[in-house]
This record gives sequence, structure tokens and C-alpha cells, in this order.
Amino acid sequence: MKAEKSYMLDERKDHILIKKSGSDGIKCDQDSVSGAVSQRACVYCGARVVLNPITDAVHIVHGPIGCASYTWDIRGSLSSGSENFRNSFSTDLQERDIIFGGEKKLASAIEEIVEKIKPQTIFVYSTCVVGVIGDDLEAVCKEAEKKFAIKVIPVQSSGFAGSKKDGYKAACNAIISLMDSDSQMDDIKDKRSFNYLGEFNLAGEIWILGRYFNALGLKLITGMTGDSSTDKLKEAKNASFNIVQCAGSSIYLAEQMKVKYGIDYDRVSFFGIDDTSESLRNLAKLSKDERVVQKAEAFIELMIEETEEALENYKNRCRGKKVAIYVGGGFKAISLIKQFNELGMETVMVGTQTGRKEEYEKIKELSNEGTVILDDTNPSELESFIKEKGADLLVGGVKERPLAYKLGIAFIDHNHERKHPLCGYEGAVNFAKEVDLTVNSPVWNLVKGGGLDEN
Amino acid sequence: MKTKNYMNMNVNPCKMCMPMGGSLAFKGIENSMILMHGSQGCATYIRRHMATHYNEPIDIASSSLSENQTVHGGSKNLKHGLKNVIKLYNPKVIGVLTTCLAETIGEDIKRVIEEFKNKHSITGVDIIPVSTPGYGASHYEGFFHTVRSIVEYYSPETPEKNDKINIVAGDLTPADIREIKRIGKLYGVDFNLIPDISETLDGSFKEDYSKIPKGGTTIQEIRSMAGAKATIEFALLLEEKYSPGIFLKEKYGVELYKMSMPVGLEGTDTFIKALAKITGRSVPKDLHAERERMLDGMIDSHKYNGEGRALIFGNPEITYATTKLCSENGITPVIVATGAKAKTLKKYFDYPNSLIMDDVDFETIHSEVKRLKPNIMIGNSDGKFIWEKENIPLIRVGFPVHDHIGAQRKLIIGYTGSMTYLDEITNTLLDLKHSGYRQRIYDEFYDKSGGEKYA
Repeated sequence: MKAEKSYMLDERKDHILIKKSGSDGIKCDQDSVSGAVSQRACVYCGARVVLNPITDAVHIVHGPIGCASYTWDIRGSLSSGSENFRNSFSTDLQERDIIFGGEKKLASAIEEIVEKIKPQTIFVYSTCVVGVIGDDLEAVCKEAEKKFAIKVIPVQSSGFAGSKKDGYKAACNAIISLMDSDSQMDDIKDKRSFNYLGEFNLAGEIWILGRYFNALGLKLITGMTGDSSTDKLKEAKNASFNIVQCAGSSIYLAEQMKVKYGIDYDRVSFFGIDDTSESLRNLAKLSKDERVVQKAEAFIELMIEETEEALENYKNRCRGKKVAIYVGGGFKAISLIKQFNELGMETVMVGTQTGRKEEYEKIKELSNEGTVILDDTNPSELESFIKEKGADLLVGGVKERPLAYKLGIAFIDHNHERKHPLCGYEGAVNFAKEVDLTVNSPVWNLVKGGGLDEN
Repeated sequence: MKTKNYMNMNVNPCKMCMPMGGSLAFKGIENSMILMHGSQGCATYIRRHMATHYNEPIDIASSSLSENQTVHGGSKNLKHGLKNVIKLYNPKVIGVLTTCLAETIGEDIKRVIEEFKNKHSITGVDIIPVSTPGYGASHYEGFFHTVRSIVEYYSPETPEKNDKINIVAGDLTPADIREIKRIGKLYGVDFNLIPDISETLDGSFKEDYSKIPKGGTTIQEIRSMAGAKATIEFALLLEEKYSPGIFLKEKYGVELYKMSMPVGLEGTDTFIKALAKITGRSVPKDLHAERERMLDGMIDSHKYNGEGRALIFGNPEITYATTKLCSENGITPVIVATGAKAKTLKKYFDYPNSLIMDDVDFETIHSEVKRLKPNIMIGNSDGKFIWEKENIPLIRVGFPVHDHIGAQRKLIIGYTGSMTYLDEITNTLLDLKHSGYRQRIYDEFYDKSGGEKYA
């Protein structure tokens, strides 16, 4: 069933779906509607968020200042090594550069960085203007590589050239280019060694899961790109298999690695108890090592017991609340629906900025009748559906937070801003704790209470 | 003269782009909405930046230009965007801000808007085009340029003379604006205050959420600026071409009082005396009392302040005003830095012991902090990287403040606000002194040798 409401723009209708048995698919993967106030960012943003966690790389934004300013340390990713990635380098293009071209400035900029920092890898991002004035990024980067014997990788991320998803792809191509630069591949691979794609270590996730992997006797080569480095990424080719979490950003990379290096992959999700346990089981199987499989079972049993106990209190306090979800990718939306189910909470609205067809199918499958499903939505629609469905809680990005609060409902920061891990068993408890904190805050009693005029 | 460490780059920007300034300006106009003509990312970044600072929903539409429009022109998208914004928001004013992309592909937004208005017979909504290329200047210039464009848009052929006073607000918080209005009331004078963000960016919680926040400068107020008695513009360091006050002076002969934000005793004196002069009234009793109270407070804290060695950074105006506050209280402004181009900053601060820098980045500021070792930092949240590394306390003030709450209700102007601001600085210095002084003195003077030292 399609939604029919006056507050919607006609061209948005097909991007909204109310789940009913036999309802059609949702329209997705389109350019945003002009003037609709999409919550999406741009191609450059997509590329930057995927590559930024590579810790020892220098990230140069070739463009005017804004692009670098608004994405400085955007990911908040944690590093066990270099902190190069936490700086935002911009060629700060001015009017004269737009007229005369910015190639010389970029070449000099790279030279300065090599002199001062000597990084192994430099990523050079193109921005809107650079795409229009036609600076030859490839040529400048190639020249610099030859001159300085380091990797200087152009990232074709002009903001207008598609959506955030195209930025992910540009980033994946840049990572492939980095991996390719080292031709060495081990002859015999360790069956237990693997990479973890689509995880960005925003709050130590790679480290939490790294402990699990150790407990199982598995060998993580690197996260991609959380807490990764040039050396680790070059080593990644030697993995026996890959696991992919955030599919929207990284499935393309997994596929490329399969084609180029013959590395198989499987999808995982380490959000929520059920997904974490299932993913650990699948992971163990991928190692084709019976000991690992056995260890996994024992580990899962122990962890579930501990976690269930810790969750019990939160479950009692959160059960029955209604949830609205609006996040970037489909993977996260799916895992959130499941996690709320675990807490006994019902998802009444769910949407993503850049979800894919098959992800929306999965979302539909997981949702109850009447659940509103949204693609690339906007504040007007969010407001309407949150009110209409009576949601008690919104999960979303920073831009959506004030809207939730203005509507008098709770909010979960499942975004770059968070400073606590939400993955694995520990994360499941953190998640429940945050839900409880916000949903059951005493402030909502005051919100519901009358004002000064009431007796 | 100290310039940036990197010649060809801006590393960790201490400035943002023109459309950001433009957005801040339009957010203070009553019943207005913004449509950014460019790729989707610009609007989203700016919304995110403003939402975390003000903790308010920030709706900004984008014309979402993609590859096709970049090649063939974006007029269709712009018109479509205008139509959708009107449908979704029903605003009285739409600010159309250009971006790097729109400017580089040569969009004639004035013409497109005219065509749109004629074709759809649009009435009851003013569509104001403002040219804000991201490479043109920083958000500081973008802000005043946009205010000026709004004033120009509404400037009448023959202005009606009136007794009002124009206030061009600059780096003021919503709380500061409310204070300006209070001071106006004490004088019994009406202000045309632009942009009035006192309610729009510091909203209240109400049962009914309104997508366009209440409040803002009215069109009528803007129209009456041309006939006002005088203009007070809190933009001491601004180039004339961006100045709304200069426009009103040159076109209508409205007397212009250019001054710094009323921060500090002398800074506030300048404003209060200007009001007395323009209105021909004596300074209200309440303000005398507030001034005396501030002076009393300054005496109370002068010795503690004398130990302050401050790094002051951010937008030119708030940096200037804060530096004045520090100097008049004996706090040495060791480093004064702004990311915008503000050559005149050096002219105003001819201090032998201060390093004054404009057009600078945080990479350079950080290296100077290491060299000159201030013991307190005063500026926006982007200083948190230095704070994290150098462990020097950071007083959050200015824009953006992402990692503290309450920036929108921080009052730092007038006698009362300045005193609260100074107290926060002084108390931070006191904490520095009090924490660990026992150990420091013990380490320095306790003679473990039993008198050998002076033997």
C-alpha cells in the first residue's frame, strides 16, 4: 500500500511504503528530490567516511575550505597507532585557483606534506569545483608518486557525481589501489586469517571484537577501515576470507577482493545478541577448523548468559515502547529492528538514506503490518510519521536529534558522535542502557505535565 | 609576520565557508526558509554543524544538483526546489544561497528566480538570491554579505524617516540578542535588529512543533532600516563591501556606528554611549548600576586574572571582543588568532607580548601554543584538538560549539554578560592555581636534605 497524505510531495510517494501483506517494493537508489530537504550528504562525504579511519594516511581535500572544515575528524574513529588521519588538510581553493586551476597548488601541497610528515599514503579527494574546473588529479598524483616513492591516491569524489554511495565506491577503489601497490601475496594462507570489512572503530568496536576473535583462535588481519594502516591494508590480501558488516559501504570492496585475490566473503552483523552470536558461528565455520567451531559455541554460551543477565533489568523498563528508525544504510536499520525486538520494543517506522532494494525487502520482512518504511526521507515526513505512529523513540543521526526532542520523544545516537561502543555483547548492554536512559528519563514526565496555567 | 606553517594548505581549518554564514543570517529572518543551490552535501553539512551548536532542528533545502545538471545547467532543479519548499514549508521568505558548484557552472540565479515567479505567478513569498561561493571568502564575510543582500533586497525607493535604531548583530548568541533588546527597552528605543536569532535558534518546547520556528526579524523591520536614525554594526573588522551599515549609510545617509561586540567594560561602554548619543537620552539608571557592579567584580578578580595567559581564537569579531575583555582585566592575550582574513586585527592590537594572526589554521595555532604556552584557551569547540593534546583548559565560546551544551543561551555581552563571561575565565584560572598547589609548593620548597641546600 502506498501512503497518501497531503504533506507529501507527489514525487516522494513511491519512496514511502506502509507494510501490508502483498505490498509492492519501495523506490530507492535515486537522486534526492530538489527542495525536499533530504538528510543525505554527498559523494565526497561517502568517500571520506570510509577512508578516514586509515590511521597513518594523510587525507587532502582538494577544494574550497568548507568540505575539509565540516569533515575534520568526522568519524571520531579510534586508533592504536598513528593519528595522521585526525587532521584535515585542505588546499583551500580561492577564486584565482578556480580561474587558473588548482593543479600546481595541489602538487606543492603534496610536496609540503612529504617534507613535513613523510606519510606512506596520501589520499587526494576531489570536490565539486575540482570536478568542474577539470584539474587532472590522476596526473598530479601519479607524478607525486614517482617523485616521492609513496602512494598518492586520487579519490574521485566530486560532490555532485552521484550520491554518498558513489563515494563509498570511490573509496573502495582507492583501497584496492593501495592493496595492489604491493604485489606480494603469501603462497600458503593461514585458514584462520581474515579481514573485517565495513567496520570503522568509532568507539573501539574492532578491539572488542578482536578479543572475541582471539578467544576463538581466529586471526584478524585488519579492520576495513577501522584502526587500519597502510601496512595492514597491504597485508589484507593474505586473508583466507573476509567478513562484511556495513554492506552499503563495503560490499563492493568485498566483491572486488573476491575477483582480484580470490577471497570469499560472508555478511555479518555484530549488533545485538542474536546477530552477534550468529555471526560468530558463521565466522567460525568460515575458518573450516572444527576446533574454532567448538570454541565459538562455548564462548557464545558463556557470553549470552552474562549478557542476558545484564539486560534483564533494561528489558523490563523498555518493553512495549515504540521505535522510529532513520539511519544511513540498510544494514544498520535491519540490525536495529532486530535489537529492538530483543528488548521487546516494536519498530513502527524505519527508513534509510541510501538503503538498497534487497535491504528494503529484508526490512519489510522483519516489520510488522502497518510499519512505515521510508527511503531518503526528510524532516516533514519524519515529523508526520513519528506523530502518526506514536513513536516513543527515534534512532538517527545528529541532524535528527533536535527534531526528536522538539517532538518530545527520546533519541538514540547511532552515529559518528557516539563515544561508547554498541557492538558485540558489551555493546548490546550499552545499547539497552542508552535506550533506558533516554526513554525513561524523568524529563518526559515534565513534558507531559501541564504548564503554569494548570491547577 | 607569522603566517601558516603550510604555504599551500590550510590544515585543520579555523574557518568555514560562505554558505554557512549565509545560512546563519537567514535563520534570523522571520518565516524564512533556505534553499541552497548546489550538490546535496553542502546543505547537509551546514545543517549538521548548526544543529549540534544550537540544538535546534535546522531545515535547509538543497537543489541537489547531480552530474546531469552540472553539465546542462541547474535551473530546472532550482525551480523545482523552490516549488517544493513552498509546498512543504509555506515560507514568507526564501533565501537562495549559491555554492561553489552553482557559481562555477555559472548559474544565473536571479534570472531563474524571475522566470519561476513569472511562470507560476508567485505572490506572498519573497525569494532573495545571494551569491555565496564557498571559495569566495569565509563564513564571516558570508554572514554579513547575506545580511547586506537581505537589506538591499528590501530597500525602499523613498524611505520613511523613523526613530528606530538599526542593529546589525554579528557573532551574537540568541541570549546576547535578548540582552540587546532588554537594553533597548531601558532606553525606550525600538530596534531593527538583524538577524534576530533570539527565538529562531533558541527555541522553546511547545506542544505544537512548527517547522519554521517562531521569531526572527520581520520584513517590516528590514524595510524601515533605510529610514532609521542610525545603524550600530557589531563588525569592527569587516571589509566595507560586505557591510550592511555601509550600504545604508551610502544609499540613505543613515549614520553608522561601527563597533565591536559589546563585550567587556569598555566594549559595552561604547555601545551604551552610542545609544545615549543617538537617542539624546541619558544613560538609564539600571545600566549605571550594572556597570558599577561589573567594575566591582573586576576589582574582585583582578589579581587572579593577572596570571592569565590566553590563546583567543575564532571569528574575527568575537576574537577581537574577547581580547579586549582579557586585556582590560590584565589577562595577557598571548596568541590572538582568526581563520578569516582580518588584516586590521593587527592594527588594533599593537601589544608587544602578543602574537596576532589572521588567515591562520589550527595546525599553526597548535604549534604556537606549544611554543608560547598559554594557560587558558578561549574559543570554539574546534580548539578541542589542542585541548586534548596540551591539556590546557578551553572556555567554549563562539561558533561552533559541538562538545558542550548551551552555546545558544550563553550570555557574554553587556555588563552582566561580560561579567559572567569573565567569571568563567577567572574561575578556570583559579582552578588551575588551586588544583595541585600543595604538591607544587612542597616539591619546590620542602627541603628534604635538611638544610644542606643553603649551607
